[in-house]
Amino acid sequence: MAVVFEKPKGLTDAIMHYCPGCTHGIAHRLVAQALDDLDLTGGAVGVAPVGCAVFAYNYFNCDMIQAAHGRAPAVATGLKRADPERIVFTYQGDGDLAAIGTAETVQSAARGENITIIFINNAIYGMTGGQMAPTTLPGQVTQTSPYGRDVTRTGMPIRVCEMLATLESPAYLARVSVDSVQHIRAAQKAITKAFQYQNEGKGFSLVEVISTCPTNWGVTPQQALEWLRTDMLPYYPLGVFRDLFAEKKEG
Amino acid sequence: MAEKVLMKGNEAIAEAAIAVGCRHYFGYPITPQTEIAAYMAKRMPKIDGCFLQAESEIAAIHMVIGAAAAGKRAMTSSSSPGIALKSEGLSYLAGCDLPAVVVNIQRGGPGLGGIQPSQADYFQCTKGGGHGDYRMVVLAPSGVQEMYDYTAWAFEIADQYRVTSMIFSDGILGQMMEPVELRASRQETPQEGKPWALTGTRGQREPNIINSLFMQPEDLERMNLERFVRYAQIEAGETRWEEYLLEDAKIVVVAYGAAARIAKNAVQAARTQGKRVGLLRPITLWPFPKQPLERLAKRVRAFVCVEMSMGQMREDVELATRCQRPVYLCARTGGMVPAPEEILGKLEDASHGCCV
Ligand SMILES: Cc1ncc(C[n+]2csc(CCOP(=O)(O)OP(=O)(O)O)c2C)c(N)n1
Ligand code: SF4
Repeated sequence: MAVVFEKPKGLTDAIMHYCPGCTHGIAHRLVAQALDDLDLTGGAVGVAPVGCAVFAYNYFNCDMIQAAHGRAPAVATGLKRADPERIVFTYQGDGDLAAIGTAETVQSAARGENITIIFINNAIYGMTGGQMAPTTLPGQVTQTSPYGRDVTRTGMPIRVCEMLATLESPAYLARVSVDSVQHIRAAQKAITKAFQYQNEGKGFSLVEVISTCPTNWGVTPQQALEWLRTDMLPYYPLGVFRDLFAEKKEG
Repeated sequence: MAEKVLMKGNEAIAEAAIAVGCRHYFGYPITPQTEIAAYMAKRMPKIDGCFLQAESEIAAIHMVIGAAAAGKRAMTSSSSPGIALKSEGLSYLAGCDLPAVVVNIQRGGPGLGGIQPSQADYFQCTKGGGHGDYRMVVLAPSGVQEMYDYTAWAFEIADQYRVTSMIFSDGILGQMMEPVELRASRQETPQEGKPWALTGTRGQREPNIINSLFMQPEDLERMNLERFVRYAQIEAGETRWEEYLLEDAKIVVVAYGAAARIAKNAVQAARTQGKRVGLLRPITLWPFPKQPLERLAKRVRAFVCVEMSMGQMREDVELATRCQRPVYLCARTGGMVPAPEEILGKLEDASHGCCV
């Protein structure tokens, strides 16, 4: 019988701890599939963040290290500089990447560090029970913005891809979503391209994955996908914000 | 005999690191240690090594973590305020059992403090620096040759026990020039000697995971206890100190690093006055040379701690001697350095106090 669908070899058999309906699992699969497709799993080293994905080291079937909160890009820099042959990636949430780790994120991008960052934007701090993140939307209720995010006091949410696109060095910056088959397919393409660029030595790549956190948003998985579409995507438009090596389109 | 060249202490550290195969240096500028970064920036590109100026001391230590995880000898250096920032990484290095060398060329504090030499990070560094139950090896050179030799030793200790070793020094020694015999040679443990390194599975082994997270307290306790077995081995095998004129001494000066150089002069001067004074110089601040102090406490009258901090080391001397004898303190702080006369004055107090 022909196999039409199977788990990528880039994922272990460990049972994931993510909540039902959480899109972390989809993002994991896309990363593992990209590594498999490019035949890079055996040479890859992943950096797990502090956040719900902290246990990513149990799920990716490659060498892994767990970094301090926000420091994954610095750890990845050390790994890559020490062993440029390795394919080095980080997998980080929005608190990790866009709050405590802002300096590491921006500076590794500014250096054009030849690493790949998978950035999970779920507009909230998941692991610690749903506090406001730098990406929390205006008016969004969280544990630490119980009356809704008041942007007159906390400012507007950070758009990471747009911010990094002001830098000259990044090779590839894309924002994708995993709320529909169509978007998941596009996300797969973007993540694969990011790893391909790294493999070709083209420099820094980051793929922002708009994701859900049904648990801390306090909604069902279905409602979460709906809210992602109606509320998140208008503020976080999907697309490619930088592609230094894009093939020029004719005419 | 190996080549002898005139070098600054900071340069000697950098040169020794390179000599023993360190090819990955990450740092952030801060006085008075910047010569280390400058030296690395010059040399590393010529020897296929990596010098990277990080965006902060925090980033630099986490880059060290990455390079160490890849199985390579890696180093960072800083001075007091920067070491405070590195403390997060120091704890993670311990929790991940990664070998690394960190240099602290201390300056006066607290806060931004000053840029003059100090030993006031003693508590911070000898007690670990970061959060959690762990130890860090702390080596205190007192001359430029020792800056060189102990750096080579620091890498050996780090690799052998999978710990962080710190070169704990100050602006005097960092900036001072002395002739140095360049006698270290490359002894790096190759990656094969580090089976835990993240070198890629190549599909031929199970993934290596470097991690300090253990959700079950039983597991975390087991990891910590394993670590403390290694710490005990370090205490047994690596504790070092220098003894000077101790045979007949009745008063023992305890001092390390730059303070020990001055203290030695004071001891010599006291000897010419006929006083039975000697010096014990801790070389490893952790592990602290408790045993010789304990032994001395049985036969001497008093101890005098000379330090460029407000008695931080004195607490360890009191502990080691179990307060069996008075422990006097000759301390300067904020970047001030004790003068030999001040030490002689303290020796005078000590001898009156206990009638030598
Ligand atoms: C230095 C430090 N500060 C705070 C924490 C607590 N903490 C753990 S996870 C987390 C937030 C993670 O949120 P995010 O990065 O958005 O990832 P998510 O859990 O949503 O996937 C925080 C603040 C920590 N572990 N370390
Ligand atoms: S808390 Fe949110 S982000 Fe974390 S696993 Fe659950 S749903 Fe996913």
